[in-house]
Amino acid sequence: MQWETVIGLEVHTQLTTQSKIFSGASIAFGAEPNTQACQVDIALPGVLPVLNKGAVERAIRFGLAIGAKLNRTNVFARKNYFYPDLPKGYQISQYELPIVEGGHLSIQVGDEEKTIRITRAHLEEDAGKSLHEDFHGMTGIDLNRAGTPLLEIVSEPDMRSAKEAVAYARALHTLVTWIGICDGNMQEGSFRVDANVSVRPRGQAEFGTRREIKNLNSFRFLEQAIDYEVRWQIEQIEDGHRIQQATVLFNPDTGETRAMRSKEDAHDYRYFPDPDLLPVRLDEDWIEVVKAGLPELPEQKQARYREELGLSAYDAGTLTASRAMAEYFEATLASLPSPASGRGAGGEGSAKLAANWIMGDLSAALNKAELDITASRISARQLAGLLARIQDGTLSGKLAKQVFEAMWNEGGEADAIIEAKGLKQVSDAGAIEPLIDEVLAANPKSVEEFRAGKEKAFNALVGQVMKASKGKANPAQVNELLRKKLG
Amino acid sequence: MSLSIDDVQRIAKLARIRVNAAEVAGYQTQLNGIFGLIEAMQAVDTAGVEPMSHAQDLTQRLRADAVTEPDRRQAFQAVAPQTENGLYLVPKVIE
Amino acid sequence: MLDHTLRSLSTLLADGKASSVELCRDYLARIQALNPTLNAFITVDADKTLAEADAADARRAAGQAGPLTGVPIAHKDIFCAEGWLTTCGSKMLANFVSPYDAHVIERFKAAGMPALGKTNMDEFAMGSSNETSYFGPVKNPWDSSRVPGGSSGGSAACVAAGLAPAATGTDTGGSIRQPAALCGITGLKPTYGVVSRYGMIAFASSLDQGGPMARTAEDCAWLLNVMAGFDARDSTSLERAQEDYTRDLTKPLAGLRIGLPREFFGEGLSGDTARAVEAAIAQYRKLGAETVEVSLPNSSLSVAAYYVLAPAEASSNLSRFDGVRYGYRTPEYKDLTDMYEKTRAEGFGAEVKRRIMIGTYVLSHGYYDAYYIQAQRLRRLIANDFAEAFKACDVILGPTAPSTAFRLGEKADDPVQMYLSDIYTIAVNLAGLPGMSLPCGFDGQGLPIGLQLIGNYFGEARMLNVAHQYQLATDWHARAPQGI
Repeated sequence: MQWETVIGLEVHTQLTTQSKIFSGASIAFGAEPNTQACQVDIALPGVLPVLNKGAVERAIRFGLAIGAKLNRTNVFARKNYFYPDLPKGYQISQYELPIVEGGHLSIQVGDEEKTIRITRAHLEEDAGKSLHEDFHGMTGIDLNRAGTPLLEIVSEPDMRSAKEAVAYARALHTLVTWIGICDGNMQEGSFRVDANVSVRPRGQAEFGTRREIKNLNSFRFLEQAIDYEVRWQIEQIEDGHRIQQATVLFNPDTGETRAMRSKEDAHDYRYFPDPDLLPVRLDEDWIEVVKAGLPELPEQKQARYREELGLSAYDAGTLTASRAMAEYFEATLASLPSPASGRGAGGEGSAKLAANWIMGDLSAALNKAELDITASRISARQLAGLLARIQDGTLSGKLAKQVFEAMWNEGGEADAIIEAKGLKQVSDAGAIEPLIDEVLAANPKSVEEFRAGKEKAFNALVGQVMKASKGKANPAQVNELLRKKLG
Repeated sequence: MSLSIDDVQRIAKLARIRVNAAEVAGYQTQLNGIFGLIEAMQAVDTAGVEPMSHAQDLTQRLRADAVTEPDRRQAFQAVAPQTENGLYLVPKVIE
Repeated sequence: MLDHTLRSLSTLLADGKASSVELCRDYLARIQALNPTLNAFITVDADKTLAEADAADARRAAGQAGPLTGVPIAHKDIFCAEGWLTTCGSKMLANFVSPYDAHVIERFKAAGMPALGKTNMDEFAMGSSNETSYFGPVKNPWDSSRVPGGSSGGSAACVAAGLAPAATGTDTGGSIRQPAALCGITGLKPTYGVVSRYGMIAFASSLDQGGPMARTAEDCAWLLNVMAGFDARDSTSLERAQEDYTRDLTKPLAGLRIGLPREFFGEGLSGDTARAVEAAIAQYRKLGAETVEVSLPNSSLSVAAYYVLAPAEASSNLSRFDGVRYGYRTPEYKDLTDMYEKTRAEGFGAEVKRRIMIGTYVLSHGYYDAYYIQAQRLRRLIANDFAEAFKACDVILGPTAPSTAFRLGEKADDPVQMYLSDIYTIAVNLAGLPGMSLPCGFDGQGLPIGLQLIGNYFGEARMLNVAHQYQLATDWHARAPQGI
């Protein structure tokens, strides 16, 4: 039988506020246990929540960025369950009236573009952490994380493969970091993914029973966990078992998923509107201010890069993989003298030239050094200096690579490096002609072959001239002069 | 309506309150007495009436995003049943 | 001691005829003598009280005293007070020394009013007789075989018996007004949102409101001036300009329109209470007020709606008592669930457990709409009834409680009968209106009877004026229990 996978994701993004969603305690990562858990976070008797404006503002930003409906009145509710990392015995979340409803995100898988619908995004507070190292057979509870603001973003079950799920998670990761609402740090748990996975016979309209894989904190684990889960579910069904709805955990060491024991009886959450909090009203003026402050979004940039700069969809997508990447690209372009599109002296548009260098040599160097583009050893302005010398013919491609390498390793501006290392391209006919004469004299056989019509022989001669010039001769000029000589 | 013994046990479980076998019947009687009082509500037709959550029809005030709370772990944990290395200790949590 | 009002104590201090330390010593001595009988206080800490009194005297000496600086007050043990045992009447918090102050406590500290101690109360404010307290019942100073009412029974009894000139209380369904009535004192529940709930241990968040309990309406006005005011830490605290609640006290009542809800004078009201309230109405007419009949047709359902909404909120509010971060933890357990279930079974008393279970049930899957939402809709209808009534009147008047103080144990085993003792007070909480109770007579057994006034939203000053004018014309509020 042919099986189809159906995936929906719930992503918990930690918001980039200073303080918690309902208290004035810090959310900075890595503090000593319970030193950032104030009376509200540890739920002392009598304390009350007050909503952080910064968290609401970030949710508005997200809603605007995905073209969603912002609920002008939205409501916080209590989700009741007992767990030691949940101090109040309820989590304050949004249930019937979330702040963000609807919206969508485009993803690219191979050559195919697909739109993933977003169901809703709601504000809620994070729980604390249970530390399972052994304290005489007991568990330690750290409530520093309790009350950290989260935006939970829930997708429709629109993905049909682990690859699509990863593409969506990556696109979402790019977006939330792009608009500055989340730092995207997956190791620290700032971006956590739950995947709802089910399978059904291809062609069947109704969904199969889903299992929810909790708390995946890398894109690789997301892909592995879904792949494992899908295989497991198909095997179960083919063996004649039925899938039971369950919450499961992924074990990265074994690559397997297993059902959680603790959540089994906790499914009656008794949601009701939190009487300590009033309905949140979003006024139009505030939404307009937030909208005005939004940066150009990845999809908008991609369209502009394609239409105005003539870049391919692939290049546009790669350059907008992060806001920092796009900003680097645009800063490079802004420092170049030649027009962005059209053909410059270097034989290609500035945009394409900059794109090639950023996606090629620069990305390779960054990867090798394990650096983010924001920490690049070569600034956008420096790179533009190098590209300008390619465009005006001072540097050949090969020389440019040497300059790039020197710039990466030792720093400095392109012109200074060219000067110091004597890497300037030779375009002076008076200097090139004697070299050509020497090469022609030394290679009579190749000359003969060329005259007999073998174009390959010509290339060999060009190579010899370039070699004689130690790579500095302008290849175009060598070509031209050589043809003239060979008449 | 009236609550069964199973209902009483289910809600006691949800509320994390141990109810011994000997106590269940007593709870059932008392809770059903109270529900007898509550059921009077059901006679009223409230179609079209907006549920009232709050005494005043006001909206949530928003707090400026600033860190205002100092570390008071020592004072807070002075009243805790069991702590170690700044952590609250509980019986082993199994995920 | 028994006939002192805040005004008279304030005058004593201002004239230098007594120091705060002397006043506090006198009250502490009276507490020491009478509390073993009345059980009105859970915690008394003379050192703390006298240190605060000392500071108040220093403040006065420095010329920085306010009108109430140095006048002591007792606090219901529902208010968190830093360094004080704060039990909420429960075994669950029998060892809980609060690490912070409630907003109300901060306000009284800022006013320089020393705390005489923490008063007994029904466990987590759930009760109408003070019999659900883990620390034992409070006795009514008028008859120690009777209850003082609840849940602020300790506060009411200590004021009635002169163990404190005033006390704080909280009122979720009548918990200030009903014990004030049963103990013969004056108590006021403000409009919801006027007094911050920060640091007041929550019972039912959308109904709870702190308020003053004292001998007179004038004292309540003074105290409300201290307690009321915006607090950014409570999202339901109202941002309003500070009011002077004494401003209207002396206004004459000519032209006042008093609404008499016909539903408050029917079946179930005891004859003595009905007669005392009728006499009060006659007194008001003499003072120049006119009466109009009004109707609160849905008020009969207020008890039903309340016993859905309050337990629902309570079941969630009390989930934090889990033996993890503070309070009681069962000594023996085999795993986490066992720890939770035994801690909560042992830490909570029977009434609290009943209400948690009712609340859990009405919020649970499949029952939410039929109970919780239906109750919220009734709440709207009840509030609408008041809005309609206030078109025809300035204040509403009626009995506070259907009968006078009942005997200890009389209703303890019958929750439903107990719940019905709040039948006249609950609707006010559901609507979020201000209400108060003041003494208006005695029954055949010499037990005090309470008169309830209900004001429109933010009508506290007007309501206090109406009560004060009555107290100028009568002396019910000045009577004190004998023989204790």
